[in-house]
Amino acid sequence: MFAMFKARAEAVSAEVHRLAGREEAMELVLGLLQAEGVADHAGARAVWAESGFLSGLDRNALARRLPGLRFDVTRENAAGAKVGITEMDWAIASTGTLAQASDRVEQRLASSLTELHVALADPDRMLPDLPALFRKLGPAQTRYLALITGPSRTADIERVLTIGVHGPRRLVIVFVDGLKGGA
Amino acid sequence: MRKTFRESVAQALENSNLTGALGRFSEAYRVSRAKAYEGLDFEAIRQQIVRIKGSAAERLDELAARFKESAERAGAKVFIARSPREARDRIVQIAKENGVRSVVKSKSMASEEIHLNRALEEAGVSARETDLGEWIIQLAGQRPSHMVMPAIHLTKEEVADIFSKEVEERLSADIPRLVRVAREQLRGKFLAADMGISGANVAVAETGSIVIVTNEGNARLATTLPRIHVALVGFEKLIEKLEDVAPILTALPRSATGQLLTSYVSVITGPTPNTDGTPKDLHIVLLDNRRNDMASDPRFRQALQCIRCASCLNVCPVFRLVGGHVFGKTYTGGIGAILTAWFDALEESDDIQALCIQCGSCKEVCPGGIDIPGLILEIRRRVALEKGQTLVQKAVFSVVNNRRLFHAMLRTAAVAQAPFRKGRFIRHLPLFLADLTEGRSLPAIAPKPFRDLFRSIEQPRGTKEKVAFYGGCLIDFAYPETGAAVVKALNKAGLEVLFPEAQTCCGAPARYSGAYEVAGQNARDNIEALLAEDVKYVVSACPTCTVALKEEWARTLESLGDNASLARAGQLAAKAIDFSTLVKELVDQGRLRLVPGAERPRATYHDSCHLKRTLRAEQAPRQLLGEAGVELTEMFEADVCCGMGGSYSVKLPEISAPMLARKLKSIGDTGAKLVATDCPGCVMQLRGGLDQAGSDVRVRHTAEILAERIA
Repeated sequence: MFAMFKARAEAVSAEVHRLAGREEAMELVLGLLQAEGVADHAGARAVWAESGFLSGLDRNALARRLPGLRFDVTRENAAGAKVGITEMDWAIASTGTLAQASDRVEQRLASSLTELHVALADPDRMLPDLPALFRKLGPAQTRYLALITGPSRTADIERVLTIGVHGPRRLVIVFVDGLKGGA
Repeated sequence: MRKTFRESVAQALENSNLTGALGRFSEAYRVSRAKAYEGLDFEAIRQQIVRIKGSAAERLDELAARFKESAERAGAKVFIARSPREARDRIVQIAKENGVRSVVKSKSMASEEIHLNRALEEAGVSARETDLGEWIIQLAGQRPSHMVMPAIHLTKEEVADIFSKEVEERLSADIPRLVRVAREQLRGKFLAADMGISGANVAVAETGSIVIVTNEGNARLATTLPRIHVALVGFEKLIEKLEDVAPILTALPRSATGQLLTSYVSVITGPTPNTDGTPKDLHIVLLDNRRNDMASDPRFRQALQCIRCASCLNVCPVFRLVGGHVFGKTYTGGIGAILTAWFDALEESDDIQALCIQCGSCKEVCPGGIDIPGLILEIRRRVALEKGQTLVQKAVFSVVNNRRLFHAMLRTAAVAQAPFRKGRFIRHLPLFLADLTEGRSLPAIAPKPFRDLFRSIEQPRGTKEKVAFYGGCLIDFAYPETGAAVVKALNKAGLEVLFPEAQTCCGAPARYSGAYEVAGQNARDNIEALLAEDVKYVVSACPTCTVALKEEWARTLESLGDNASLARAGQLAAKAIDFSTLVKELVDQGRLRLVPGAERPRATYHDSCHLKRTLRAEQAPRQLLGEAGVELTEMFEADVCCGMGGSYSVKLPEISAPMLARKLKSIGDTGAKLVATDCPGCVMQLRGGLDQAGSDVRVRHTAEILAERIA
């Protein structure tokens, strides 16, 4: 299923990585942020929304290591951020889709206002299709279910596909083995 | 048809931006749609949607009440609006009560339907569209020309002009740059707005959830940043269960844009916290606006199965020429003609529905299983009942309905046409009839009709099986040689052919004009003539006539409530068969053998609309031609209508002509010098076009080619 997910997600211009553990993933994410030129001024910051990945990590140390990285995802911080990092709940193989219970507004701010969205996911939380997702995650579990398939796109002018309208221009999906602890 | 409407058709046809962009898109769409459904059973998905939405349409009010209860339990406020006015008033009231000054909107066709933006502006609230296409047309002061791609009629240069005015800076026609401008311009509006207005693609009664599908991400922002969210949702979006969302989300993106899924799907069930920690003020306005009336009409209830994917527009050979500003109002294309008749008024749809050529392409791809061409005919019938027919129509049909007079006139015409005749064509007609020969010559009426020719063909005696041949007007009076070929083939298989003299016009011209009484009389006359003797088959070499024999006579009589004739129509339908299907049967049974000649002619095959999409017999003629030694090269879009459409080419020659031109180009591109087709109407259209173009390509009915290759 992972191979199918990767193929489908890449077909809609998402980038897909898979890493063996949290440390390797952290290096990849920090590398991405540095490559994007994340810095501590408006328009160049990064916001990292609350996620299981961060538990037990020293956020202050991370913020010192990378100036401009914020963990308080307010409306203002997100609006001035270039990169947003969130952790997704499930992946859907047949369409290359990520799913998240997005009740908490910071999850949506970080993934919709930014230019680059880094989505963390667990390869063990892979489902075949939409009906399977609805059995795991529906209105009984979340008031705002968000499905994301590739970056923001439009073809409204002359049917020419253009990436990045109101949402992120780039979606990087980072699968981390054991992210959710086998949940 | 009103003169102003006719002029707008002419303008659209001259707009090469429009026809260019739409034409290219419609070609690409067919490919991307097919690819998106790869590995899936479209028919099974369609049946699921028909079941889900069909059952919802039977109980709209019940589902609306249940949705209200569920959504309110989750904390939303639900208002049921019976009219556009009630919906507008409610939304304006919410804005006023909450001191709303600015609104951001994500795409909502229902808001276009009720003219919400105007109502908000009048109340002093600025409403900004944020879907790129909608924003473009809002700035341009236009209305959407397509349900999914509202600004498809504009070029990038025009968009650059529109944006340049808005940002007061000269912008070049660079699409990524224009998209970037839209992002920058609208980002501030999103952050400043007090209210977000969205539509919804699905509303789930059991959970009170709304499902919103977008690609740009504007709905996520509009439902997240402003403190108030109002969703305006048509009753047809209601379904009962959450599990029923999956089939709709499977079909909608695939049918709309050839995507497996759109970039974003949001399922919202009750309010979530705002960025300042307060709960979102979530309002859902359910809009009836005659959807209940539609549901209580047994013919039109199925139109509520529409999921607004616009695939009916994307495959329509007329839409791709004229676009949605001509072909539709708020809702465009085939489904638009139907929705306009209900949401606006029957007479509003009169001109729009007349654009439908009845080729059936939309019905093939509709994921809601809606018989769009059938419903358009029903509108035509109702308009004809309400308005009556025009004097010309009345005169024409009174002649068609009088078989002896009709046939006598055709014989007279065979003589009277002499001054205009060039060989077997009429190339120019005088004055007001000139449009009829614009880009297409008409066939000359044969000096000796098939009914006279038939008497000279001796029939085999002592055969066990008899078959009645239904000629139809074109074979009888223009192409008797096609009839002779049919008879020859059937005789060779040992069948005795009868040609009942009392047969007359199949009634299609009357039916397609909504004149059901006339069509009904044609049906009754023909049924009696064709069932007078005990025959095994009733065969026709005209697919439109075959469809009349097999289906439409019964449907017409049913509409007229003529139950006495209905049973006879059923008996006839069971015997009716098209020429190629019958010959294929005879060949398979070993009763007829085709042998290739010394030369193997290269040809291309044109699918007639009725043979392919109603009779589903596209393979039989291809296989038979192959056995007869014809080497077929498939043309591009072989099954797209040639623009004949019976009397359509007479009523709307300005649309028929460019359809024909496209077809002739596809034929020319194959390099074949012979076109085979099973329909005498298509033969007439294609031959006429090739004759005017001075082409050396020949068009022949399949029957004529096969008759020469029978052992």
